[in-house]
Amino acid sequence: MPDTLTRFGSNSGQPTTRRDGIAKVTGQATFAADNHPEGMLHAVYVPAGIARGRVAHLEVEAARAHPGVTHVITPGNRPDLPGDPDAKPTRFSFRIEVLQDDTVRYAGQPIALVLAETLEAATEGARLLAPRYEAEPPRTGLDDNAPFAVEEPGFGAPGDTVHGDPEAGHAAAATSIDATYDTPPQYHNAMESHAVVAQWDGDRLTLDTPSQALAMSCAAYAHLFGIEAADITLRSPYLGGGFGSKAIPNGPMVLAILAAREAGRPVKLSLTRRQMFGPVGHRGATRQRLRLGCDADGRLTVIDHETLAATSTFETFLESASNASQGLYASSAIRSAHQGVRLDVGTPGPMRAPGEASGSAALECAMDELAQAAGIDPLEFRLRNYAETEPGTGKPYSSKALRECYARGAEAFGWADRPARPGTMRSTDGKLVGWGMGTAFFPSPMFAAEARATLRADGSATLETGGADMGQGAWTALAQIAADGIGLPLDRVELRSGLSTLPDGGVAGGSGHTATAGGALHSAGGDVVRQLSELASGQPDSPLFGAGNATFEARGGRLQIAGDDGRGDAFADILARAGLSELTGSGSASRPDADSRDYAMNSHGAVFAEVAVDPDLGQIRVRRLVGAFAAGRIVNPRLAESQLMGGMIWGLSFALHEAAVHDPRSGRILNADLAEYRVPVNADVQGLEVITVEEDDPHVNALGIKGVGEIGITGTVGAIANAVWHATGTRVRRFPIGLADLLAAE
Amino acid sequence: MKPFDFVQPRSARDAVAQWGPDAAYLGGGTNLVDLMKTGALQPARVIDVTRLPGLDRIEVAADGAVRIGALVRNADLARDADFAVRAPMVAEALLAGASGQLRNAATLGGNLMQHTRCPYFMEPDAACNRRAPGTGCDAIGGAWDNAAILGHAPSCIATNPSDLCVPLAALDAVVEVEGPDGARDIALEELHRLPGDAPERETTLAPGELIVALRLPAEAAAFAGHARYLKVRERTSYAFALVSAAAAMRLEGGRIAEARLALGAVAAKPWRARTAEKMLAGQPPGPDLFARAAEAALAGAAPAEGNGWKIDLARRTAARALAAAAAGTPERMPALPASPFSLSEDLSHA
Repeated sequence: MPDTLTRFGSNSGQPTTRRDGIAKVTGQATFAADNHPEGMLHAVYVPAGIARGRVAHLEVEAARAHPGVTHVITPGNRPDLPGDPDAKPTRFSFRIEVLQDDTVRYAGQPIALVLAETLEAATEGARLLAPRYEAEPPRTGLDDNAPFAVEEPGFGAPGDTVHGDPEAGHAAAATSIDATYDTPPQYHNAMESHAVVAQWDGDRLTLDTPSQALAMSCAAYAHLFGIEAADITLRSPYLGGGFGSKAIPNGPMVLAILAAREAGRPVKLSLTRRQMFGPVGHRGATRQRLRLGCDADGRLTVIDHETLAATSTFETFLESASNASQGLYASSAIRSAHQGVRLDVGTPGPMRAPGEASGSAALECAMDELAQAAGIDPLEFRLRNYAETEPGTGKPYSSKALRECYARGAEAFGWADRPARPGTMRSTDGKLVGWGMGTAFFPSPMFAAEARATLRADGSATLETGGADMGQGAWTALAQIAADGIGLPLDRVELRSGLSTLPDGGVAGGSGHTATAGGALHSAGGDVVRQLSELASGQPDSPLFGAGNATFEARGGRLQIAGDDGRGDAFADILARAGLSELTGSGSASRPDADSRDYAMNSHGAVFAEVAVDPDLGQIRVRRLVGAFAAGRIVNPRLAESQLMGGMIWGLSFALHEAAVHDPRSGRILNADLAEYRVPVNADVQGLEVITVEEDDPHVNALGIKGVGEIGITGTVGAIANAVWHATGTRVRRFPIGLADLLAAE
Repeated sequence: MKPFDFVQPRSARDAVAQWGPDAAYLGGGTNLVDLMKTGALQPARVIDVTRLPGLDRIEVAADGAVRIGALVRNADLARDADFAVRAPMVAEALLAGASGQLRNAATLGGNLMQHTRCPYFMEPDAACNRRAPGTGCDAIGGAWDNAAILGHAPSCIATNPSDLCVPLAALDAVVEVEGPDGARDIALEELHRLPGDAPERETTLAPGELIVALRLPAEAAAFAGHARYLKVRERTSYAFALVSAAAAMRLEGGRIAEARLALGAVAAKPWRARTAEKMLAGQPPGPDLFARAAEAALAGAAPAEGNGWKIDLARRTAARALAAAAAGTPERMPALPASPFSLSEDLSHA
């Protein structure tokens, strides 16, 4: 059998513009809520107006009497759900609230659902239900309930990890800091709110709903509705952002699907912006205590990172923030520990860099504080504690170009000119100016995916996998990889994705989608190339006849002897000689256990920030952000830089803006809209520079791809907080940092 | 949302005639419609006044007074070159408000009538004396720290969020209204009410009275050379003020002949600081004077719900706005209107 070379390069690596860009800017891209099947009903649910207690009364008759209302579903008449919504059949399952009973566990929880012929009628029907409650005092702050021990803070994340002897590390420290940082509850605010259009045909179900994990979602819906996953068609061609909130089915979506079955008509549910704050996940609040020590040479003797993190009263997911201290800096002792607090809030879930974002925020501030205490430049301090192998385990890194990231970022930023003392830099217009930095760090996981490739007689191909484009550019990057895998120019390749009936494209999460789904597509293309090689080497009329022992490579629709451009054969000719109208290949990708065992695999980066602070008014503005990242092979520089920029802007958001505020009486979120739940606007983002540092990783996966989706947040939060300190001399340990913090400090 | 009658009168007289219990006038809809969606406001009748003829003009009288129709869009007023020359801090305040999209929709009359951003007012399930008289005030003992620091009462600690009204109050603008009992003028400063024991009466308009125009007196243009609006907030754009200040002065022979100062987001109405204005008159401009005037402007301020930082911030903002006004109005509108991050930079080019 001929050998084929894995080629990667003629399509990948190009800054191709988004293949779906024109469809999106011209409104032709169909998002879930754009679907209006014949006979469709509109669903609107009533969100609980209290955070803890029970629903005492609903004006069901008033709602039912409203013209256009067809169904009012409450815990009293909710149709049976074959699967138990309280069960957790897989480790990615969450208990969901689908009108099991009249208990209210958080503000915004669905307590009834109304179906009507129009959205307006359904909305008014929901309002007419006018719930009355028996309320109990809500617990919404970290001090409002007793902590409990946590075994698994996130998906598969360890609760407590100790390497070395932390007590000895504390004792050996020449310089120490002990600081506590608070991070607030934050809510994903994808531009596209969660939506579903559900249509039943007997026991067959068609769903238009945005999904970051099509196959996994179908399995979960199949369990809940007592049908086969194969009987579900989930269409998710485009997502208007996901950020982790669209990976796992939630209560409102399940209720709408159940209502469609009950009504015998298609049903649409589209969440309002306010409804996005509650049942569809968030990043829970944390309080993190970091005790760090270093010796007289500035080498860490201990990193001791304790996290107290919020979760709901009925689930366990929380920010595994302390784990951010594992795996980054060399230290003779590292301890990560977590405790949970049960609050009357919706269940937190994975939100872009879950655990890593809040953990990095605290760790990078603590590193800055210790560097300052030890009298060492923050960048030099990090270099002195550079880990050559994974701390604790001693595993080699599959690749780690962090040193280059530090160097390239510092050079571009001009870090060498930073004065050590805070409060010494001024802009020409009298603002206090400060510089800060942080290390970016994110694991490079890989999931499992499958793909199919079909080469046609005309030399064009279709490659298929049920992947997810959340706006990050999967339609483009995956097509580039697919084209390379099958050796065709990009314009000869059709990518089919975003559909559950295609081979399982895995999960678009953990920054692992490009590597996973891309790996499967590349492998499927490779399967076709292998078959072509076998055919051609056995075809007497082929220039490749008899070359069975040679190594082949596929490029530009031709199969060639590797290293010999002169000897080759066109795909179309090989198929024609064989009398084939098409040739199909299949592929898959996952990470061999041995690789995970033998190597530590992470993306790395260094982020530098310059802030200006008004000396009288305390208003803060980020003037410059420079981020240098090493994330393995970059498939599409335009899209990768865009993702990294998006992450850095999110970091800015975390540092200075985002926080959900609970009303202490009702437990409701007071700022559940985009006017008052602040995220940065264009005017908040001035200089923004992304540098990608080349990194060749032979171990992380066959394609050498790490991930760029989440790492941009890490490092950036700390860099900005550290810059605020450097500008003002005031260390704020509570996020988001606001002008009142700086006024109060004077 | 709750079903409602929708009418589109073609004259102001007809609009007023359509008024009834639970009616609301609709301008650009950027505030009323949001509140109807959440259920905070549930008018039984919505009277769309955007088709009333003749109210979309900016007219300059022979004496230099400017009359602005109530339907002029915020964006159009802000970008009217002649108006910006006469009242630069009004244009700056307009451009500091909301977003480009909202300014394109929002009308002058609607802006004057916009409701507080107190989250307890906007949440129909919360107790709010302003929205539902007699229910109490959940903001007291709540978690909103951008509440009033001046003129608040045990009944209500809401603020008026308008940027536009702040310089208008400083410049003695006059509101023209038509109502069931005919037409009358109201000084803008008298349009909004402090809560007292009737916070539900947000303005001094009688039921059915409709704002048809706003007049800026001829004297306002005398301040055009030294007039600034300054708005402080956590986000650089698209956020309501934590505190804002409109400061203007006439300088004669190195002294302040006359000064105007008003503060925004500190009370249920734009807060004209007349005591401070008197202190400034006749004095040479300078930081000490501005600090004392700012101190006087905040005399009587009291924190509500732990927002004492706002008092300090308001003093600093007032002093900075006065200094900026003294330095002179910039030739061109700053890239970031009213922001502390363009104030000084642009002044250096002025």
